[in-house]
Amino acid sequence: MASAVGTPETYVEKPETLAALRAGIAAGRTRAADLAAGYYERIEKINPRLNVYLNLTKERALAQAERIDAMAAKGDPLPPLAGIPLGVKDVLVTQGSPSTAGSRMLEGYHPPYDATAVTKLEAAGAVILGKLNCDEFAMGSSNENSAYGPVRNPWDTERVPGGSSGGSAAAVAANLAVATLGSDTGGSIRQPAGFCGVVGVLPTYGRVSRYGLIAFASSLDRVGPLAANVRDAATLLAVIAGHDPCDATSSPAPVEDYAAESDKGAEGLRIGVPAEYFGEGLDAEVRAAIEKGIAALEAAGCVVKPVSLPHTRYAVPAYYLIATAEASANLARFDGVRYGYRSPRSETLAAMYSHSRDEGFGAEVKRRILLGAYALSAGYYDAYYLKAQKVRRLLAEEFLGAFAGVDAIVTPASPIPAFKLGEKTGDPLAMYLADIYTVTASLAGICGVTVPCGTTKAGLPVGMQVLAAHLKEGTAFRVARAVEAAGI
Amino acid sequence: MSAKVSREEVERVAELAHLELTPEETGRMLTDLNAILDYVAELNELDTAGVEPLAQVSELQSELRPAAEAGVLRADNVRASLDRTAVLSQAPETNLVFFKVPKVIER
Repeated sequence: MASAVGTPETYVEKPETLAALRAGIAAGRTRAADLAAGYYERIEKINPRLNVYLNLTKERALAQAERIDAMAAKGDPLPPLAGIPLGVKDVLVTQGSPSTAGSRMLEGYHPPYDATAVTKLEAAGAVILGKLNCDEFAMGSSNENSAYGPVRNPWDTERVPGGSSGGSAAAVAANLAVATLGSDTGGSIRQPAGFCGVVGVLPTYGRVSRYGLIAFASSLDRVGPLAANVRDAATLLAVIAGHDPCDATSSPAPVEDYAAESDKGAEGLRIGVPAEYFGEGLDAEVRAAIEKGIAALEAAGCVVKPVSLPHTRYAVPAYYLIATAEASANLARFDGVRYGYRSPRSETLAAMYSHSRDEGFGAEVKRRILLGAYALSAGYYDAYYLKAQKVRRLLAEEFLGAFAGVDAIVTPASPIPAFKLGEKTGDPLAMYLADIYTVTASLAGICGVTVPCGTTKAGLPVGMQVLAAHLKEGTAFRVARAVEAAGI
Repeated sequence: MSAKVSREEVERVAELAHLELTPEETGRMLTDLNAILDYVAELNELDTAGVEPLAQVSELQSELRPAAEAGVLRADNVRASLDRTAVLSQAPETNLVFFKVPKVIER
């Protein structure tokens, strides 16, 4: 691959805001069908370089766009996402169109139903352009574990976009969708959002239905939006959030108007800065950028103070035990019987299971299934899985204690900016450590937002992670808006 | 819990998980699992005596608790489920009524 094929000038482009696009459609200045067609043109041109989209849902998108245009022509009141072109991570199922989870195992699978988040987006008028590349079964931090090839970072195509929602983040950065959905189990929305210079939201566990999300680790998995600005991300979250009878873990708490919340400003909010997230391993340029962000919050009237989260260093080991244990159970469903891949070498039932799984899964997925099965196996359950769950409680309680004294906690989203393709693929442990600042909130179930916070000298984006207590998404958005407004 | 994993254990766990590994894959997984397990052994530094395991964060906060746990069950109404033809169309092998698998019982 020739170097410098990708420069910000070539690929990074901010879409118009959701509100401006919607107003244009409502006023008849823009047709939703033309807007979608324009996006498809851009995708055709740029996607071959970035590998963001795995498949396009053109027929469905254009039917929806025409429906919106007919409503606009009649002067009907338009829903909140009327005509807005969006992309969806390929771990969320879409009826009748491929949904691969980045795996060979699900090649050719056309699900018979839609994920609840997808249903809600379309009910709100959104136009779903297609499905976005990701690490296989959302397992990875660089998008290099996709069976369909890695996504490239629009800011520098020699670098990874982060993962596992790499396609969702890169699509927004390159304006191949106005906004997207991703999923986050250990940082899979927040870390790629940081690497690609976009906004990414980790909603509180249970805030958004997981129905139709191809499961990785059920006690950790969340669906959330990525967008070019905080207000658009907040608007999207309000659409997809809420109780769903199809997800027994979804919260019955009422959904707030997050965009309106984000308008309230950050003045007077108490911001905690945990020393544990600014120690060894943090890149100096990332640190400097985040410190500028913290100074901007002070200037915006926030009260900044230190908080202590001493259990932070135990989060990655606890996370990888719990997530892999749950994954080993969840991925048992891929057996070559009801959907997905069945090996041609299926002479017996046992051969069908083992050959189908051996040929269908990639190396990282197998590694995690094995680690999880080991942690759950007789003789090791107490020492690994149960121990990790106890540490999980300590981490969660530590956050709840900290939130008694502050409204939000700010940290870097990742210790380093986007790394080069291939840089970490030989060392799974080094890859896991890329999640060091994000797995904590995953285990505690709290919410967070990654917001762009400056760039390195080489021009790579830096993301700040804003964490808030359970169901305090509104607070996280207020803080993120203040960082965004500072234009660091 | 910093016990070294043996090749036999990797093979046993692979069998439990219905994964067939080549000898090279087994060797690679052995190296990786040992490196990861060495690292997670850090958890041993923490005294967790008397700490209850946390499986689900909804235990932490009542607003996160789903309605069913609060003692409210949904109405027991008949609803449409997935269309059988659509579901079966995605299976590797069916007789249009059931999923088909290789013969399980030898007569």
